[in-house]
Amino acid sequence: MSAPSLGKDLVGLEPLSADQLRLILDTAEPFKEVSERPIKKVPALRGKTIVNLFFEASTRTRISFEFAEKRLSADTVNVAASGSSVSKGETLVDTAKNLEAMRIDMVVIRHGSSGAAQFLGQRIASNVINAGDGKHEHPTQGLLDLLTLRDNFKRIEGLKVAICGDVLHSRVARSNIWGLTRLGAEVGVCGPPTLLPRDVRELGVTILPRIEDAIAWADALNVLRLQLERMQAGFIPSLREYNRVFGVTRERLERAPKELLILHPGPMNRGVEIDSDVADGEHSVILPQVTNGVAVRMAVLYLLAGGRPGPGQAAAGGDAA
Amino acid sequence: MSARPILLRGGRVIDPARGSDGVADVLVADERVEAVGRNIGEPDGAIVVDAANLVVAPGLIDLHTHLREPGQEDLETIATGAMAAVAGGFTAVCAMPNTDPVCDNQGVVGFIVRQALRAGKARVYPIGAISVGQKGQQLAEFGELVGAGAVAVSDDGKPVMSSHLMRTALEYARVFGIPVADHCEEMTLAQGGAMHEGIVSTRLGLKGIPAAAEEIMVARDILLAELTGGHVHLCHMSTRGSVELIRRAKEQGIRVTAEACPHHFTLTHEACEGYDTNAKMNPPLREAEDREAIRQALRDGTIDVIATDHAPHHYDAKEREFDDAPNGIIGLETALPLALTELVATGLLTLPELLLRMSTTPARIFGLPGGTLATGAPADVVVIDPAARWEVRPEEFHSKSRNTPFRGRLLTGRAEMTIVGGRIAWQRRGFAGAPAQ
Amino acid sequence: MTIRTPLLDERAIARALVRMASEIVERCGGTEHLVLVGIQRRGVELALRLKRLIDGVERSDVPWGKLDITLYRDDLQMIGPRPVVGETSLPDIDDRAVVIVDDVLYTGRTVRAALDEVTDFGRPRRILLCVLVDRGGRELPIQADVVGTTVSLTATDRVDVLVSELDGRDAVELARAPA
Repeated sequence: MSAPSLGKDLVGLEPLSADQLRLILDTAEPFKEVSERPIKKVPALRGKTIVNLFFEASTRTRISFEFAEKRLSADTVNVAASGSSVSKGETLVDTAKNLEAMRIDMVVIRHGSSGAAQFLGQRIASNVINAGDGKHEHPTQGLLDLLTLRDNFKRIEGLKVAICGDVLHSRVARSNIWGLTRLGAEVGVCGPPTLLPRDVRELGVTILPRIEDAIAWADALNVLRLQLERMQAGFIPSLREYNRVFGVTRERLERAPKELLILHPGPMNRGVEIDSDVADGEHSVILPQVTNGVAVRMAVLYLLAGGRPGPGQAAAGGDAA
Repeated sequence: MSARPILLRGGRVIDPARGSDGVADVLVADERVEAVGRNIGEPDGAIVVDAANLVVAPGLIDLHTHLREPGQEDLETIATGAMAAVAGGFTAVCAMPNTDPVCDNQGVVGFIVRQALRAGKARVYPIGAISVGQKGQQLAEFGELVGAGAVAVSDDGKPVMSSHLMRTALEYARVFGIPVADHCEEMTLAQGGAMHEGIVSTRLGLKGIPAAAEEIMVARDILLAELTGGHVHLCHMSTRGSVELIRRAKEQGIRVTAEACPHHFTLTHEACEGYDTNAKMNPPLREAEDREAIRQALRDGTIDVIATDHAPHHYDAKEREFDDAPNGIIGLETALPLALTELVATGLLTLPELLLRMSTTPARIFGLPGGTLATGAPADVVVIDPAARWEVRPEEFHSKSRNTPFRGRLLTGRAEMTIVGGRIAWQRRGFAGAPAQ
Repeated sequence: MTIRTPLLDERAIARALVRMASEIVERCGGTEHLVLVGIQRRGVELALRLKRLIDGVERSDVPWGKLDITLYRDDLQMIGPRPVVGETSLPDIDDRAVVIVDDVLYTGRTVRAALDEVTDFGRPRRILLCVLVDRGGRELPIQADVVGTTVSLTATDRVDVLVSELDGRDAVELARAPA
């Protein structure tokens, strides 16, 4: 039984069809089981070389990808590259061509510029997986969030999910918005107007002005990390005020009409966007998200490795033969 | 040794300055327009150009070009830029001062003037800096700049953030009767922005520059022009809000003029999809409503002229992540064809109205010679084929750079021959109307 | 048009399974250490039927599991769009007699993959292979210990095993392309 293919690259969730999203989520299920085995390894990607090209420091995402790669028996190389092309040394194009010359099969890239993954995918024949590009997308995070929601609610369609926090600067928010709306969920965004894109409604989401509105409306909250730089750049007056006005706290959740599922991409700023008793509480699925992260990344690597690579064939929507 | 006279026979001669439009002959000799009329006798030794079915008009004048010399000769030189200009039908261009060193002293002005004369193609009029080093602090010596040949002042590349400096510049420029050209961008709003702030920037995850960043400075400059009685020229207008402000200012008789670039009446922010760095410029491509407002403004004269903002960049510079790529595209060789295709062929402007915006009015508002085919005017003439269908191939450009979003685009109309000071500065290879030069 | 010839009908299959169940118990000396593992997909259904037959006679509750060998296939790189991966779940197999159950034994590559995968889960004391149909044509040195029926076919023939749980009826059929 053949399945809709994903093309050469995973650049984002926006270009994927509902069928393609479901394929990845369904493929992740057997990979969850692999991580529970005594020998956490299957030979599916044996002999494949995968480079983790991280231009931005990120321990958790990189480790998650590394586990996924190793559990598929691939050979992994980690490259921690310096900031942007402009700062020093090699441009992204040259880095890519060098990797290709070493016959790399797949590249997992995290970069500070939106569009960097697509830029790379158009220039090398290896598969390219976006592990976060600027503010654009973080597709595997979006996918693991979808999988976690599906585990708990047994569906995505009709679910009400509120994304809370700095949506303006968040690639996790964007990937979630694409994935959720494509699979028929209702999406709300909640945060101060300074941190919401002005035309966010055109993406098909509802604006929930206060955190209380989000809690009253949603089935699940995806709480985004608030970065210190936002305060320094003047988007909010202080982290303390953000917690007082927008923080997800136990008192607020107790007034919810139903039991809300709490997600967070991590790492958390305890006491800022989310309080510890919520993060560690019984409705938090923050740790299952991490477990699902490895399974989802294994699924993505497995599905992409089967494709026939050629430069620029990023996943396009719709079924293929 | 003066050049041979040139007789352009049987073309549709349009002179917006005199409001004339009809089939006629044009004779240029001794660097001047000698006669325009029917059945002009052919002088001895004249080059005869068969202009049947073509348009003969005063040469185009570009008020906003970046020639990159001195300092970045790998991107463009005055010689290659002047060549690109005549290949686009321009007989004169004004060169912006953001060179290296900045054009804030008579040494650089004089250098540019001499380089242009040596190239012998389009005329190049330097624009001097408003502030020393374009640092936005100390007024440059306008008198010295004008004396060496500058025709205006601008800190383009950058805005004049200090309203006090802009006021002083407008007042001081009145002494020399030159316009102050401003790049309107409120930097604290625009900082770090890579494209227009809108639904496309939200989807692409790029920081946007809101329309307000331009409109705030347009409003400020209009108020300062009113306060000082000076002449402010607003560079590369891109938003409908700016158009509205300018329209009302002109109704009140304030001395403001404005320019718009072909990309702003042709493309929208959707051209940035796929992170195409050839769609990255400043001010950015805006929304469809803004594009429409610019077109209407060119029709009713709220925007006075079309300028190119020709900005050469190296292939490697543009071949990188969108955030890091430099702003700007080249435009000298596509401006007239885009205007003919997007504005004239669509019926928005007549050909005389277009030529008004690209030749006569630029000359008038910057006080430059040209823009007319009146007897005794400089012999700066362009021969245009308004019906030629062709595909944009950047490899064939005369500019050193290739950064254009119009590769592969099918356009209707282009220049066929450009005459500067009575000499044929350029003609299209394969132009049938005259023997090959 | 392929020509379909029945090899075993529903009752013949049922009789074969009864015999196979009894052979398994005999070969393993009882059910004490026995574990049945069915290869996805039809092997799983057959393993479950064998379990029920054995439990019925021996009054046992033989542990059983499902094995999907997709990730262990030796031809993963060549088969184009990824086949969907089914469920794998095994009981404890350390020091057990594991009987791998599949519908058809042909080249032996599926069983090779199953052996690799099972041994990643633990160390059985022994592994046996039980198949409903052995059609010959081995490409690896693999043999079945318990067999329902043996047929000898050419490469262009195909044996289809249908089970009521998935296909609505029980049958073993030969599918032959016309000459």
